[in-house]
Amino acid sequence: MTTSAHMTTGAVAAPARARTATAAATVRRKQGFQHGGWFVAPFLALFALFVIWPLLRGIYLSFTDANISGDGASFVGLDNYREALNDSAMWDALGHSAYFTLLVVPCITVLAFLLAMLAHHIERGKWLWRLCFFVPFLLPSTVAANMFQWLFTQGIGLINETFGLDTPWLTDKSYAMLAIVIETLWWTVGFSFLLYLAALQGIPDHLYEAAKLDGANAWQRMVHITLPMLRNITGLVIALQILASLQLFDQAVVMMDFGPGPEVSTRSFVQYTLEQGFTSYRVGYASAMSIIFFVIIAVVALARMWLLRTREESGR
Amino acid sequence: MTTAVQVRKSPRKPWTPSQIILTLIGVAVSAVFVAPIAAALFTSLKSEAEAAEIPPHWLPEVWTAQAWKALWETGNITNWFINSLVVSVCVTSVVLTVSALAGYGFARTEFRGKSVLMGIVMSGLMISPAVLGVPLFTTVQQLGMVDTYWGMILPQCAPAAMVYILYKFFQGVPRELEEAAFIDGAGRWRVFFTIVVPLARPSLAAVGIFTFIASWNNFLWPYMVTNNPDLMTMPNGIATVMNSYGIQWAQLMAGGLMAGLPLIIVFVFFQRQIVAGVAHTGLAGQ
Repeated sequence: MTTSAHMTTGAVAAPARARTATAAATVRRKQGFQHGGWFVAPFLALFALFVIWPLLRGIYLSFTDANISGDGASFVGLDNYREALNDSAMWDALGHSAYFTLLVVPCITVLAFLLAMLAHHIERGKWLWRLCFFVPFLLPSTVAANMFQWLFTQGIGLINETFGLDTPWLTDKSYAMLAIVIETLWWTVGFSFLLYLAALQGIPDHLYEAAKLDGANAWQRMVHITLPMLRNITGLVIALQILASLQLFDQAVVMMDFGPGPEVSTRSFVQYTLEQGFTSYRVGYASAMSIIFFVIIAVVALARMWLLRTREESGR
Repeated sequence: MTTAVQVRKSPRKPWTPSQIILTLIGVAVSAVFVAPIAAALFTSLKSEAEAAEIPPHWLPEVWTAQAWKALWETGNITNWFINSLVVSVCVTSVVLTVSALAGYGFARTEFRGKSVLMGIVMSGLMISPAVLGVPLFTTVQQLGMVDTYWGMILPQCAPAAMVYILYKFFQGVPRELEEAAFIDGAGRWRVFFTIVVPLARPSLAAVGIFTFIASWNNFLWPYMVTNNPDLMTMPNGIATVMNSYGIQWAQLMAGGLMAGLPLIIVFVFFQRQIVAGVAHTGLAGQ
């Protein structure tokens, strides 16, 4: 035994490695059991207090007629939900948020991709392009909204002046949401642009070189290498944008001077909920709408997961 | 990172026709992106009367720092700036600490109920103050935190997304590194602080920078939780208080630029780390 172990170093190394591995596993299990909980505890405490508890409280409040002080609320069963589902203003607000999302998401995805391709392929001054395309995202939402409110204002706004138009962007029902969409594209595309840029930089060069050797032209390289390699990031960009766009609030509120827009055409779901909660003091009703909204977002997120899974199962 | 290396290797690439065309397109697109900010800057250097002139013009006829001076003198702006700084720095430090610990805990330790808790945290990705604004407000009200720094800071400190990003990163750290240290007798915490955290620096930087940007620019939550102008942050003060005077465009633009400037400076200095960090966190990856 000993002689053979001395003669072949491999034989001695193998059981030693095995022993080390089991020892490590024991250590891992023991250490983990003792301390694992403490690692997650601080986060879970905050999460429980400011995410889970409000969610549970929201569910509870949604069955009551609570006002802003929370006193003397009585149980009203499903009344809030029944009222919300029959509230045409709620459906309108939901429609505005959905319409905004439908306009913004495809535009941002395509635009972010094109900007990233541009910034990736220009060989000089890379930092400058990055800065230019990303800089609007660094502005607070309210500041970006104020800038565009001013640019869009009929008469004193530079957009009409520059393009020789006389469009009532902020005061006409048919343009107000479009103005918010344009502002949002400018303001937020930088974030998705950065994700695409990082993803482009992560595609290994040898793939392109191999394709070039095989005689693929630039277009074929894009279709057969770049786009497939960016599939994951595109999924992420779309998912993040849908979630963010459904929660439209800041831009719409600021650009419309804290009002609901011309003929209530830009009032978003979040805005309507907050109006009910903080202006009309109907906390119970607002909570019911928050829960409805949470369910909608959950359905969208689950639908996305389900789509991803079926796509993977079908071999993409 | 890769670009940095490439640039250093070949600092002077030739101007091919396709590069010239791409650069020209880049210049045109950049001009569109910068134009609104330039317009804001020029407006802030006009007098209020000139800013409201019809028809408008891009460059000031008379350059004046009047709006900037007025902004400074009417007062609250220093308060708002300090509030923004306090809130963002606190939020960023707390988020970095708790989400690094939690990301590591979920990725690398075992404890009872881990997978259930992880599932709950992931469902938290769908819940934001926008979704649960009113119940969150009443919770904060119950805790007596309305119109306080605590009320502005703490509810921003539980971002499931950041935990998820770091969780993904920690999963990729080779186990052997830790196990070697365990066998040498180091405890979990020691391993975490001396081995794992230094490895995670780029990811932590990206998480920190994006948390800071989000917190500095957050409008909705401070808008809900405080009406007190002394406690407002930059975005809120500028949007709500300045608008309530009746809009003075030159001042509004000056204030907006002041609110945006700190982050722009941060980005100019750290942009390479930010892009590398995004790549590194796996946010952009597979």
